[in-house]
Amino acid sequence: MTTKLFGEPVRRREDARLITGQGRYLDDLGAGALAAAFVRSPHAHARILDIDVSAALDVEGLVAIYTWEDLPGALAEPLPLLIPHPALTHGRTAYPLAREIVRHVGEPVVMVVARDRYLAEDACALIRVDYEILKPVVGIEEAVRGVHLVHEDVPGNVGAHLVQEVPGPGGLTAREAIEAAPHTLEFRLDVERSACTPLEGKGVYARWDADDGSLRVYSSTQTSTSVRMAIAAKLGLPLPKVEVIAPDVGGGFGVKIVHPWPEEILVPWAARLLNREVKWTEDRREHFVSSSHERGQVQHVRVGFDDDGRVLGLEVEILHDHGAYTPYGIIVPIITSTQLLGPYKVGAYRVEFSSIYTNTVQVTPYRGAGRPQGVFCMERTMDRIAAHLGRDRTEVRAANFIQPDEFPYDQGMTFQDGRPLIYDSGDYPEALRMLKELIGWDSFPEIKARAAAEGRRVGIGVGCYVEGTGVGPYEGGHVQVTSDGRVHVSTGLTSQGQGHETVFAQIAATELGVPIEKVSVVTGDTRRFGYAVGTFASRAAVMSGNAIALACRKVREKALRIAAEALEADPRDLEITDGMVHVAGVPSASIPLATVAVLSNPLRYAFDEEAKRATQFAGPASDDRPPVAEGEEPGLEGRDYYSPVRSTFAAGMHAAIVETDPDTAEIRILRYAVVHDCGRLINPMIVEGQIHGGVAQGVGGALYEKMVYDEHGQLLNASFMDFLMPYATEVPRIETAHLETPSPLNPLGIKGAGEAGVIPVSAVIASAVEDAEGITIARMPISPSDLHHLRLER
Amino acid sequence: MNETRHHVTLTVNGVVREATVPGRRLLSDCLRHDLGLTGTHVGCEHGVCGACTVLLDGEPVRSCLTLAVTVDGHEITTVEGLARDGELSPVQRAFTECHALQCGFCTPGFLCTVTAFLRDNPAPTEEEALEAVAGNLCRCTGYQNILKAVHRAAELQAEEDR
Repeated sequence: MTTKLFGEPVRRREDARLITGQGRYLDDLGAGALAAAFVRSPHAHARILDIDVSAALDVEGLVAIYTWEDLPGALAEPLPLLIPHPALTHGRTAYPLAREIVRHVGEPVVMVVARDRYLAEDACALIRVDYEILKPVVGIEEAVRGVHLVHEDVPGNVGAHLVQEVPGPGGLTAREAIEAAPHTLEFRLDVERSACTPLEGKGVYARWDADDGSLRVYSSTQTSTSVRMAIAAKLGLPLPKVEVIAPDVGGGFGVKIVHPWPEEILVPWAARLLNREVKWTEDRREHFVSSSHERGQVQHVRVGFDDDGRVLGLEVEILHDHGAYTPYGIIVPIITSTQLLGPYKVGAYRVEFSSIYTNTVQVTPYRGAGRPQGVFCMERTMDRIAAHLGRDRTEVRAANFIQPDEFPYDQGMTFQDGRPLIYDSGDYPEALRMLKELIGWDSFPEIKARAAAEGRRVGIGVGCYVEGTGVGPYEGGHVQVTSDGRVHVSTGLTSQGQGHETVFAQIAATELGVPIEKVSVVTGDTRRFGYAVGTFASRAAVMSGNAIALACRKVREKALRIAAEALEADPRDLEITDGMVHVAGVPSASIPLATVAVLSNPLRYAFDEEAKRATQFAGPASDDRPPVAEGEEPGLEGRDYYSPVRSTFAAGMHAAIVETDPDTAEIRILRYAVVHDCGRLINPMIVEGQIHGGVAQGVGGALYEKMVYDEHGQLLNASFMDFLMPYATEVPRIETAHLETPSPLNPLGIKGAGEAGVIPVSAVIASAVEDAEGITIARMPISPSDLHHLRLER
Repeated sequence: MNETRHHVTLTVNGVVREATVPGRRLLSDCLRHDLGLTGTHVGCEHGVCGACTVLLDGEPVRSCLTLAVTVDGHEITTVEGLARDGELSPVQRAFTECHALQCGFCTPGFLCTVTAFLRDNPAPTEEEALEAVAGNLCRCTGYQNILKAVHRAAELQAEEDR
């Protein structure tokens, strides 16, 4: 019997606690902790003239009120700029509490600590902040005019400007290639703002141990290790005296990779200062106005192509709205401009982006992280080429595909990890063939004709993408087999619903040959594993999955060595099955892994019967060899890291059939099909779940979700009542098919899957609506009202 | 500025529980922070997401839109009370079997909603099942597996009743 769990739809091990109310999310912790609440700016751009707290001082249960002036040392400095880049010449970050100027509605100005949240909010309501209102800068076009400035010292509101150029065959520039092309097109595209909106907002809970001089912080974060380093630095504490734990996290989707949020350093600071436990739980409105948004871009496209629709030259100019601050650098527009290329060879390419300040919530990666915009651009371009030439849209795409024998394929650019954009593997023609079959592409014209005969409008759309996944720099894994035979796996990155406890246990059980019931997995707890980067960029399975596999292989090797000695066998003849090390083909010659763990740790003191086997008088030992041989360590454990040379590249293709109502302009998705290639699947059930969720978010972004700012910089729809996230009634059934092209870059052959589902959805829906209506779609999301107006303009 | 506090007695998951709360205390906060039943989650505090759904005398309500003092003397079932004698309920089993949860934050609301729904409609049509869960938001699953779980729960429940 073998324990091959890799690739099986193993049921999730996290579910038992989550379906019984025994999960522990941030706000479930710290009963009795003091509560923090924040006074936030009601203005998009203003100068703080005075803060008067006197009326709040009588509030029952008030403990403390803090403004920027109270903050000591590094805490009073601007928050870190996490990802510097030479092109980000004017990066700016906020202060933890506003200093003099506020630059978006929702920016924190005062922190209040009180006995409970109700009382803390009472106090907030009584604090008076006088502002001199400054001219707000709202909207990309308004910002690039540069008449009013978000930051006085940032001319033209331009934070960053970056050009990347890839010459075509014969060294032609994109401009030259376009000018020489038989056909050219030029157009503008718009993508609106949306946001991650996990069902659980952010939250921080800090416990200061004055006796020990140590701090334990729980945060609803996507990176506990880096939050820990930020807290230690900002509070001037030795790193070993700070531990950060991500408990159960109620969704992330990118917003929780940003750190340290003001609250992540202010709450621990207050806990230490007050010597009391302090907790802050973000409410929904706070999440809308003080976390992050994404997506908003304007794109200008020029493309030249031949009679077959082959792109010869492509020029894209992107205006990217990054909001008021740039803590996450320019990762989003970098990803847009590189991943725009998708599965295609475009000849010569020139992409230029300007990353622009506005007096709105900052923009940082949201699932897809700039790719939905890039894919929207490229796929709209493909559809326009097809329309111009009167060709089938899939035919034009196929004409531009990188072919299976062309991998590794170098796109000639620098990717978001600072490494070359070289695709590792893929089979795009096969993926397209599978997609066309799944959706019934070739027979759709008949369906469309039949619908038209009934007075119905239906349309079909397609979208392709390539996603760089599993970005470095590294992740690690630690695996320990204890003398009870249990296997304890830990990795530093965090979990927000991806099922890491399950898939990492599958990997460990498969590698070690133990029943999965014996394996437990801990993620995101710096007490268990201190070195990590975080969970984002569809990287967790690739990075930690491989690190854990490598750590298991070390453990296995050691186990076989020890068992070989005990069984007087050659380690090369040994196998581990169901937690027993045995001679291959001779099940009777065996020793439990638990016993191997006992033997691995020479003991002086026996703590139970089993442990006696490892004590000093237990058996014959070599007199001329130390109990722990040179180069060995006690214990049956292993630690290893996986650090890739560059990213893996997953890919996928989606198609949808939509129906538009001739009267109400309502858009309904009748069918949605996905072909997905993330390399080898660890757990197909979980991968499908990731795709479903991604597509649902994509549907939100394509049809419903949009952050509506007025000209004063007020976010008009900062609630779930007005920001329309899809319910079950808005999400179609998703039909999936998997293609498995292993990655040659890592031992497990896997690529990432987390973000995939969301990436092409806007492009696919635009393509389908365009097909149904015969109206060019250049802006997403598209509401019934938008479609109605497009019809009127026709 | 001391608030008037009120004594409330609730029967939560079959157990009589007492709390002294200000009039403005939300039922969700009372359950979570006064009674320590943190399985009920708060996703929006304005009654849209449904994560905080509990059963009040058997009927689903938004506990974030309910004041604790208004339910004095009533019976409440939360996610912690769905399993009986350590046995998962058919709805709970169906959710894990069908991979109907990812981060799990919205799940307690769905579980309570579906429990009440299947009690009243043990063999729902596709449309009825869709309608039943259409008042709860989930940001992770795309709902497909949640819908599958509703039907699977109906099957499991029917098997149990047989």
